[in-house]
Amino acid sequence: MRIVVCIKQVPDTAEVRINPETNTLVRDGVPSIINPYDLHAIEAALQIKEKLGDVTVTALTMGPPQAEDALREAISMGVDEALLLTDRAFAGSDTLATSYTLSRAIQKIGFDLVICGKQAIDGDTAQVGPEMAEFLNIPHIAYVKAIEEISTQGIRVQRLMEEGYDIVEAPLPVLLTVVREINEPRLPSLKGKMRAKKAEIKKLTHTDIDAEEDKLGLTGSPTAVKNIFAPEARKDRKMFSGSPAEQVAALVEELKNLKCL
Amino acid sequence: MRIKVDRDLCTGCEACVDSCPYDAIEIKDEKAFINEYCQLCRNCLSVCPEGAIKEVETEEDRTEGMDLSQFRGVWVMAEQRDGKVVDVSLELLGAGRRLADERGSELTAVLFGASEDEAAKLIHWGADRVLHAQSPVFDTFNDDPYVELLSRLITQYKPEIVLTGATAIGRSFFPRVAARLRTGLTADCTSLEIDKETGHLLQIRPAFGGNIMATILCPKHRPQMATVRPRVMKKGEYNESRKGEIIKLDVEGLSSRTKVLQSIKEESETKVNLQEADVIVAGGRGLGKAEGFKMLEELASLLDGAVGASRAAVDEGWISYSHQVGQTGKTVCPKIYIACGISGAVQHLVGMQSSDIIIAINKNPDAPIFNVANYGIVGDVYEVVPELIKKIKEVKGSCQ
Ligand SMILES: Cc1cc2nc3c(=O)[nH]c(=O)nc-3n(C[C@H](O)[C@H](O)[C@H](O)COP(=O)(O)OP(=O)(O)OC[C@H]3O[C@@H](n4cnc5c(N)ncnc54)[C@H](O)[C@@H]3O)c2cc1C
Ligand SMILES: Cc1cc2nc3c(=O)[nH]c(=O)nc-3n(C[C@H](O)[C@H](O)[C@H](O)COP(=O)(O)OP(=O)(O)OC[C@H]3O[C@@H](n4cnc5c(N)ncnc54)[C@H](O)[C@@H]3O)c2cc1C
Repeated sequence: MRIVVCIKQVPDTAEVRINPETNTLVRDGVPSIINPYDLHAIEAALQIKEKLGDVTVTALTMGPPQAEDALREAISMGVDEALLLTDRAFAGSDTLATSYTLSRAIQKIGFDLVICGKQAIDGDTAQVGPEMAEFLNIPHIAYVKAIEEISTQGIRVQRLMEEGYDIVEAPLPVLLTVVREINEPRLPSLKGKMRAKKAEIKKLTHTDIDAEEDKLGLTGSPTAVKNIFAPEARKDRKMFSGSPAEQVAALVEELKNLKCL
Repeated sequence: MRIKVDRDLCTGCEACVDSCPYDAIEIKDEKAFINEYCQLCRNCLSVCPEGAIKEVETEEDRTEGMDLSQFRGVWVMAEQRDGKVVDVSLELLGAGRRLADERGSELTAVLFGASEDEAAKLIHWGADRVLHAQSPVFDTFNDDPYVELLSRLITQYKPEIVLTGATAIGRSFFPRVAARLRTGLTADCTSLEIDKETGHLLQIRPAFGGNIMATILCPKHRPQMATVRPRVMKKGEYNESRKGEIIKLDVEGLSSRTKVLQSIKEESETKVNLQEADVIVAGGRGLGKAEGFKMLEELASLLDGAVGASRAAVDEGWISYSHQVGQTGKTVCPKIYIACGISGAVQHLVGMQSSDIIIAINKNPDAPIFNVANYGIVGDVYEVVPELIKKIKEVKGSCQ
């Protein structure tokens, strides 16, 4: 069996801030990490490998040359091989172009199971997984919180829903997107780290995956980011001043007027 | 559009390098260079002291895409769970009504599953017509039949805008529809407006975990598709005498590769309590110790409310996880949310931002919690909260 895990290198958004004067992101010293959900995707693949035995796990990412670091980390956790899709032609990809590009590479690699994170913490769309399944013409199950059973034929999982969860069954090949509840990602082993250092990371460009050029990058992206800005403080906000007693008195007055008290 | 560095103006000062959230700017031969990881977020444009980073038009911008004029009308894909239309669909009808009126077009609701009464309700909430499919395949949620039928309908009717809720269901099958139709999809919008000049839909959404907001356009493809978060749009007006048409859909040839064996409902008691409370008093690391929650409990019980917490407070062991509000805790929407000693990290905000009234008490006037607050008190929780308890007791006392 062949499992492809899609991982994305992202800035650690918990540390990203906006500079209020220039209205731009400050990423001084913000580290690049593997998208946290994708660590759970890697772990899920490794657990399946441990269970079924005859499994090859490939980590795949599309990104700049430095995304190689993310792939080495994946190898140190235990994936068998890693592929980096990197090409100027991929610049400016929205989710449609990203999922098209990844799906072309996955076709090339061959697959029985594709595992993605629920969403990337920078773009935050959660769209790449399902869109990729559409391009691959396979079913997908989103928000998987547990894998109950898996064989070379099919899979049974728990899918997180608002009011609980569904038990869902699908034949292979299938694509899953996973949430945190599914597992606790392992830390890289020392041996893994050694292997990661020496491992060869294969690089692919758009010609290696037989991609149609007009479906890549900017040209292949129907959406465009027009601008970005910092979330504003609400316009109706009231900041009180004075001693604690004075501020509390002012607040209680407001709440009385709103008939909240 | 493409972002380019004017190499004549660039001094190689590197100011832009750190501004890029994608590591897409490198220094090569002492000049900035934008690599293939550029996401066009435009963050670098205003950072460059020389104005050397520019947006340039590309061939692509000048070529005409598809004929957009064939596409008309606003659609809301309504969601039903267990045969009942969920609230976010009604909120979308409110937003959709406004957009349709602005575009001088009709508002159509699409409903797969549920009864005719539920379909009629969509008209009362603002739709001009409802496309309604009834079939046992919609008794449980599977992506395939949803994707197949909605894609067929969009291809047939050619709407200009198609919206749905950013729920487990919407976020799962909508991207597939967009991919099948080769059009753009904007996730988790918090605001939708029509650009007066171009008629395009301006879709505003948070990214980077809510640290920034972005306006997204889909200028050359139709339909323009978006998912919208629950509880950010206002429901329209309910009018039982509103008339509209219900069109029954053909459901031939729908099948599914996935199969739902069982749906399990999980509702822990505290979830219900927190999520149904009209008032929540929440505490964070700023409380400094477990006893702080005793004080918050007193305040909460005075207001007939419940106690919430940030993850930091839960991690400290001051209160149990069932009280946690935020991304990995509960999403709440009380009438009043009082945040005490909580900084307002995005992961916390996503869980309580849509509360009607937010009151923040924090000793740091720059704490981000004040950005979402309606009322802000700058001070020490141990001075402010006891004062608040005293005052509320006074008010309550005087009413009795
Ligand atoms: C501010 C901003 C807003 C944006 N809004 C939108 C929008 O509304 N619609 C839109 O179409 N595009 C949008 N984009 C572009 C989008 O972020 C990129 O296309 C991005 O490459 C993929 O989307 P994501 O980060 O949301 O990934 P998600 O769809 O959230 O990622 C889900 C999973 O897909 C896999 N995956 C995602 N990207 C990669 C990758 N490069 N390599 C390997 N695996 C991957 C991972 O397993 C990941 O966990 C936006 C970009 C910015 C900067
Ligand atoms: C993937 C992920 C998921 C997460 N999920 C959640 C989640 O679901 N919920 C959640 O809450 N967090 C979550 N977090 C954590 C989040 O990023 C923050 O770390 C957390 O919310 C901070 O909690 P806090 O505001 O209580 O603490 P801090 O950020 O430490 O803030 C304490 C605040 O108290 C103020 N303060 C200190 N002393 C006093 C005093 N005496 N009087 C008044 N004010 C005082 C300080 O000025 C400060 O603003 C998540 C993080 C990640 C990475």
